[in-house]
Amino acid sequence: MLNKNIYLILIISLVFAISFWIGFNVNLLPAEASINAPIYDELFKILFIIGLIIFIGMTIAVIYSLFKFRKRNNQIGDGIALEGNLSLEIVWTIIPSIIVLLIGLYSYNIYDRMGGMKELNHNHEMMSSNTEKIWAGISQTSDNEIAINNLSIEVSAMQFAFLFNYPKGNFISGELHVPVDQKVSMKMESKDVIHAFWVPEFRIKQDIIPGQPTILNFTPTKVGKYPIICAELCGPYHGGMRASIIVEEETDYNEWFNKNKKPEVNL
Amino acid sequence: MTISIDPQKTNNESLQPKGWLRYFSFSLDHKVIGIQYLVCGFLFYLIGGTLASAIRIELASPMSDFMPRDVYNQVLTLHGTIMIFLWIVPVVNGAFGNYLIPFYVGARDMAFPRLNAVAFWLIPPSGLMLVASYFVDGAAQAGWTAYPPLSITTPQSGQIIWILSVLLLGGSSIFGGINFIATIIKLRRPGLKLMQLPMYCWAMLGTSLLVVLSTPVLAGTLILLSFDIIANTGFFNPVLGGNVVVYQHLFWFYSHPAVYIMVLPAFGLVSEILPVHARKPLFGYTTMVFSIMGIVVLGLVVWAHHMFTSGTPPWMRLFFTIATAFIAVPTGIKFFNWVATLWGGKISINSAMLFSCGFIINFVFGGITGVALAQVPFDIHVHDTYFVVAHFHYIVYGGTVFIIFSSIYHWFPKVTGKMLNEKLGILHFIITFIGFNLCFAPQHWLGLNGMPRRVAEYDPQFQFVNQISSLGALLMAISTIPFLINVFLSVRNGKDAGDNPWNALTPEWLTSSPPPVENWEGEAPLVVEPYGYGKEISERK
Repeated sequence: MLNKNIYLILIISLVFAISFWIGFNVNLLPAEASINAPIYDELFKILFIIGLIIFIGMTIAVIYSLFKFRKRNNQIGDGIALEGNLSLEIVWTIIPSIIVLLIGLYSYNIYDRMGGMKELNHNHEMMSSNTEKIWAGISQTSDNEIAINNLSIEVSAMQFAFLFNYPKGNFISGELHVPVDQKVSMKMESKDVIHAFWVPEFRIKQDIIPGQPTILNFTPTKVGKYPIICAELCGPYHGGMRASIIVEEETDYNEWFNKNKKPEVNL
Repeated sequence: MTISIDPQKTNNESLQPKGWLRYFSFSLDHKVIGIQYLVCGFLFYLIGGTLASAIRIELASPMSDFMPRDVYNQVLTLHGTIMIFLWIVPVVNGAFGNYLIPFYVGARDMAFPRLNAVAFWLIPPSGLMLVASYFVDGAAQAGWTAYPPLSITTPQSGQIIWILSVLLLGGSSIFGGINFIATIIKLRRPGLKLMQLPMYCWAMLGTSLLVVLSTPVLAGTLILLSFDIIANTGFFNPVLGGNVVVYQHLFWFYSHPAVYIMVLPAFGLVSEILPVHARKPLFGYTTMVFSIMGIVVLGLVVWAHHMFTSGTPPWMRLFFTIATAFIAVPTGIKFFNWVATLWGGKISINSAMLFSCGFIINFVFGGITGVALAQVPFDIHVHDTYFVVAHFHYIVYGGTVFIIFSSIYHWFPKVTGKMLNEKLGILHFIITFIGFNLCFAPQHWLGLNGMPRRVAEYDPQFQFVNQISSLGALLMAISTIPFLINVFLSVRNGKDAGDNPWNALTPEWLTSSPPPVENWEGEAPLVVEPYGYGKEISERK
């Protein structure tokens, strides 16, 4: 009996060790290029490790049972008449409940750190119908910050392109240029069907909805060019609906901005 | 109360055609209707599978080069619609439910045999109509979710035929659901208590409740959508002041429970198959019943987790995260109980057992990614990507379709009186299991790294992984060949099965194979302990 328990403990520790090793050493995610990305990857790692432990454990249990309790050629009759075990049932109800609850609380914390739970400027007016309703995606900023130092951009999506309007410069661009390490606030609306704004390296996504503006805020942290992908089926050329986001140093960004700026903005 | 059947009234055997012709007739025999559902569903599975192969051929290269882009969208729409509404839902509910439920409750037929036949005969015309819409003006191309405004702006005829077809199939499903509830509650043999029923009855009771509660919502939604398309109303059309997100709420109010409509019956079937081949009682009967009902209740309040990136307020996202994640608890209980059922048994390693164990492994994997997807911050990155495609194929193919095959191997001797060939069956399992995992496991990585779903073209760096996935799909297509050969050979020349080749204790095995028209020659046996394995006959209640 003691021997059996030692084997069980050994196997369980091995499953944990393998899962942790894979969780920490196998990277399944693209580069991290926004404030959100490392937060997301932290959640991913935890979920990945817990998932691996459960999956490897269950798979071993099934394969071991098939092997150990297989019917040998000379055997007749049935297995043991075991109809249940209340304490076991309680154990495997309570432990998963606790795990699920902890994961839920943890992901609430992650969501909060990503800015998902922050009230946006128009959020409290959501229920009233006389003001413009804006639905929020993930937000990095509070009300005041939006007003003060955000780069605000208006995004309009249509079959099959994104257009980026820089109100301060009074121009529209097909490429999204943003300075690194600065908060960007986007108000997005679609001209025809539902689209979605997704930058895999930023770990953010928000649907762009006709007749219903949405807001998405982010802070890029790494200079580079990343794809903007439409993630919601929007018609035959959905797969080709792409744009680029170019994250650059502030001086480069200003140069680009001034080059495109239209003078009428000074009126 | 029980309803006794007057043999004079229902015994219209002489009016029904005999032999194979009865499968093409308006038969009222629940066993004939069950087989009609199964064969019809399997034919649509072959069509849906062909469409899936077309998708995987297109995705073997990064460019959109195999078919025109709008045809690609039609193909993916039809693939989803056919697989859900014409293969999985009719087969796990209609086929096995009709065949088994009357046996399990000790009845000679379903509560409403005519309604039952009508429910089946709605399926072939609506399915054919759906496929035929391709030849009219192109089939629907807004995905099986048919989100407006895309579904309003794409060619009308295809979308309208799609709506009509789904409405008819939904009607068929509701008729079936009502019939199952009535049969299980009202047609039980005298002396048989609810808590003595085989687990599949509980699964079908839960499923049918979901069908009856949620399918009418889908029907209403699609009718409103069809008004928007043909009568220019503005329920969901933003140009006329409609709200597109309302459609998503209404649609998912049905379509999330639809996942449980596809999966709960499979949970019931595997609970019948494992005890027989492991020679052990089903572990934890009572908790299994409660976990089914727990899934039914929770399944109704989680729909908005499909909409975390749509316009949903933060508090709503949080509520649906917690509710969704908690479904893992009753589901987990069931999986632990199945493994405990295997533990200490005398397991026959045959095709039915292998497909059931494949189901456990695949579904656990799909369940784990499901809990991850329930977390809002996790979902925001992978929503509408190949990660989600991989997740739900692990649930509906790795889960439910594996159980459909397992069930066919298990009940084929009952239906035909012949055994299926075990060697071909095990070959079928091996190719399916490898092909399935090769096809869908790599898709998780694709989604995480930036490949959205429903695209005909993608970045070149994803080509290699997509080709692995397509290779897996090829194996899955090949795996049907040994299965079909097996079925055709065994129907003609299979080994004689006898009445009860597995020595099973559930009531369908306590009659001849194939069973007579009214199920039992004499009175229906009273089986109060369907899982009494390992006990001496005298010990059984």
